[in-house]
Amino acid sequence: MADSNINTIAERDGFIVTKGKNKKQLQCSADSSAGCVSQRACVYCGARVVLNPITDAIHLVHGPIGCASYTWDIRGSLSSGAELYRNSFSTDLKERDVIFGGAQKLTDAIDSLLEKYQAKLIFVYSTCIVGVIGDDLEAICKAASQKHNIEVIPVESSGFIGNKSAGYRAAAEALLRLIKPTKSVAATKTNSINYLGDFNLAGEAWIIHNYLREMGVEINVTFTGDSDYEALKLAPKAKLNMIQCAGSMIYLAGKMEELYGIPYIQISFLGIEDTAASLRTIAAAMGDESMIRKTEELIARETARVEAIIKGYREKLAGKKAAIYVGGGFKAISLIKQFREIGIDVVMIGTQTGRQEEYDTINNLVDNGTVILDDANPAELEKFMMEKDANLLVGGVKERPLAYKLGMAFIDHNHDRKHPLSGFEGAVNFAEEVYSTVCSPVWKSLMNMDTQSGVKGDG
Amino acid sequence: MAKKDERTVNYRDVNENPCNMCMPMGGILALKGIEKSMVIVHGSQGCSTYMRRHIAEHFNEPVDVGSSSLNEKGTVYGGEKNLRLAFDNIIKVYHPEVIGLVTTCLAETIGEDIERIASQYLLDRGLEGFPIITASTPGYGGSHFEGYFFTLKRVIMQLAQPTEKNNKINIIIPNMSPADIRELKRILAEMKIEYVLCPDFSDTLDRPFERPYTKMSDGGTKLSNIKEMGGGLATIQMGVTIDDNISPGKYLEEEFGVPLYNIPIPIGVENTDTFLNTLVKITSKAIPDNLKNERGRLLDGMIDSHKYNFSGRIAIFGEPEMVYAVTKTCLENGVFPAVIATGSQVGKLNELLVAALDDISENSDILIETDFAHILAASQQAKVNIAIGPSDGRYLTEKGEIPLIRLGFPIHDRVGGQRLLSVGYTGTMMLLDRITNTLLENKYKSYRSSMYEKFYKKA
Repeated sequence: MADSNINTIAERDGFIVTKGKNKKQLQCSADSSAGCVSQRACVYCGARVVLNPITDAIHLVHGPIGCASYTWDIRGSLSSGAELYRNSFSTDLKERDVIFGGAQKLTDAIDSLLEKYQAKLIFVYSTCIVGVIGDDLEAICKAASQKHNIEVIPVESSGFIGNKSAGYRAAAEALLRLIKPTKSVAATKTNSINYLGDFNLAGEAWIIHNYLREMGVEINVTFTGDSDYEALKLAPKAKLNMIQCAGSMIYLAGKMEELYGIPYIQISFLGIEDTAASLRTIAAAMGDESMIRKTEELIARETARVEAIIKGYREKLAGKKAAIYVGGGFKAISLIKQFREIGIDVVMIGTQTGRQEEYDTINNLVDNGTVILDDANPAELEKFMMEKDANLLVGGVKERPLAYKLGMAFIDHNHDRKHPLSGFEGAVNFAEEVYSTVCSPVWKSLMNMDTQSGVKGDG
Repeated sequence: MAKKDERTVNYRDVNENPCNMCMPMGGILALKGIEKSMVIVHGSQGCSTYMRRHIAEHFNEPVDVGSSSLNEKGTVYGGEKNLRLAFDNIIKVYHPEVIGLVTTCLAETIGEDIERIASQYLLDRGLEGFPIITASTPGYGGSHFEGYFFTLKRVIMQLAQPTEKNNKINIIIPNMSPADIRELKRILAEMKIEYVLCPDFSDTLDRPFERPYTKMSDGGTKLSNIKEMGGGLATIQMGVTIDDNISPGKYLEEEFGVPLYNIPIPIGVENTDTFLNTLVKITSKAIPDNLKNERGRLLDGMIDSHKYNFSGRIAIFGEPEMVYAVTKTCLENGVFPAVIATGSQVGKLNELLVAALDDISENSDILIETDFAHILAASQQAKVNIAIGPSDGRYLTEKGEIPLIRLGFPIHDRVGGQRLLSVGYTGTMMLLDRITNTLLENKYKSYRSSMYEKFYKKA
């Protein structure tokens, strides 16, 4: 039986609009509805995504085993130094601990870990039941911190206290505790920049660092890709913060402005257009004529280098239609422009945790008729991709098999990726990946199937 | 001989890189093998999303699982409202014929009475008779392995009915690849045996490409067949390592008097013989020539490979049932099981291994309820040169340069986990070839240089 009769769920109506058709404003930032098969994860996930790239920290999950198990080294953040962050430590709470409390076990776990590993920093993530059984994470971490003379920072990430965005907030609170200056650091400002919201997936932060170095911009620290304890401690010294992944970092940036007087700018290094614009914004904010000149030279050189390659792909891809379903708003916005660079229009676009202002920008960018949706589920993705006749989907691990089962091309834009999608290098990789999937010969075999010219013999 | 793992309780303060997942994960897998079933995870949104991600990545299939998306309010005042909404929405969008409801740490800790909530819901909606299978699977209650069997027992407890005797053999299987399940079904068909295999996710989690796409896949054990399991001729359960309290076969024996044959997974000559001999014993049917030929070819291949296999010192890890069957196979072939490990709790694995290893002169190290940090340490101690188990064992390769043969669940860093065939004589041969060839590849990689370094002296 064909699934033509899609029963939509009433609670979801406000979260889906078609540009040009609906006058209503899209709803977002709400908790997911039960039974809707949301693609979102939880508070813990949001917190872990943001903090995990800190390379020399012990990441200890206080809870039963699952939460640590499902998040062990599944993300592609790279390190130039320590590798400690690639372990997943858990207090592995059992029934007994749930009844009698897990406080002692947590204390013992910290002791054991510090016997084995040298670390100056431990993040202790709370999971759902820690919030319920009432372990006093704050007090345990404080005691451990004093005992071992290192920083042990609790992360309030019980899964039920909100959605993934609440996890970003919990991570930001933990980071704010970490970077709170001791007296010696507070006074000295340097003419440097912090880079917020790049997790150095497949070396993406390194690509951006290279650009900035060429421009003559001094990078203070990146939140949090390839960062470590010492570097993060110096974060308040920066003159400016630039934010890429705003969903996870805008709260932190706001607090840093308030506490340390560091203003912030929003940038994005996805696609040629946004990369060039972002570099110009940084140069204007940070430097003099000479820096602006060097920046223009870099942009001119790199644009010339990659445009020729991308033009080749554009000729093969022009006219195709894309659907986008990604985690955050900044990525979605940049992807619209990036698809334009290769001649592709976006017909459906959604995010797990996009913010209102990001959806406004999306709405301004897309053509009439494009479906915009927040916190979508597989049934909705299927429905709108089919209705809008999309040729490809951009998404994460869970969305990939759905696209493939629909016989549709797919772009992996998740934290698991093994090739960079940032900067000029990333723009080439992106175009190549789109080409590799949209123009793959495998789809021809499916066409044979549709015309029944493939296998015969059913009689 | 074996160094028996005497630690029968949770012995560590901290788990360093988990070798198991949590109970509801196993519950989902078991329920995915029931025809036209949908699963709801009663807990916060992240649990279902993480498990979906893991399952989707292993099987490369869309895995839609609902969540009651418990938030702060639901946690404080009870999650009934959320759960009822989840039932409504799942039924509306997916039209399932059965719903499996598993719980999480959170739901169990706040004391949710899921049976009452489910039956009240069905009453209020006038859906009496609609099957909602409930299973309490807190993450702290055991690993995914126990969650799988416990949920399966709950399936049978809630569906099997007093019925007339029939001629079918109940085949109860642990988590194995869809290819393995299809091979068991082929062998049963070769033997012309009537059976009910449960759970059967060989189609639901490994479906052919078809148009149009349907949200609910075909396949799975039929409800009508599960209902008549109580009238079965006998039960063959591949679950020698599980405790009686989570044994579906034990339940059928005690409740309906169906004779239980608890046997290992048919991997290896002896284990496959046991499977076929049990079928013969129950039905008095003859083993057809082509199965005998497959056995002969396996023996022939074992002889061909035996000298290569002699060099193998293997670390075997994963779910207890698979670990036991693979250990027996290694022993049959002269591959020394130096480290045998599972992250799951103590069932009967420990004593079974001790018996199996009785006449081996060297000590094997058995690790129960362990983690990868311990497996790595034990493997290095025992000079292990090959490992076999799920993808997370790549840690042994990275840290200990031990090549990994991927087997079991999850396999998330390679394609084809769902297609790995290891059961029966033919599957055993394929598994053995993977082991032998890995040993050979390793040998060829270095023997020229190692011999040179060892013996060559310049005149």
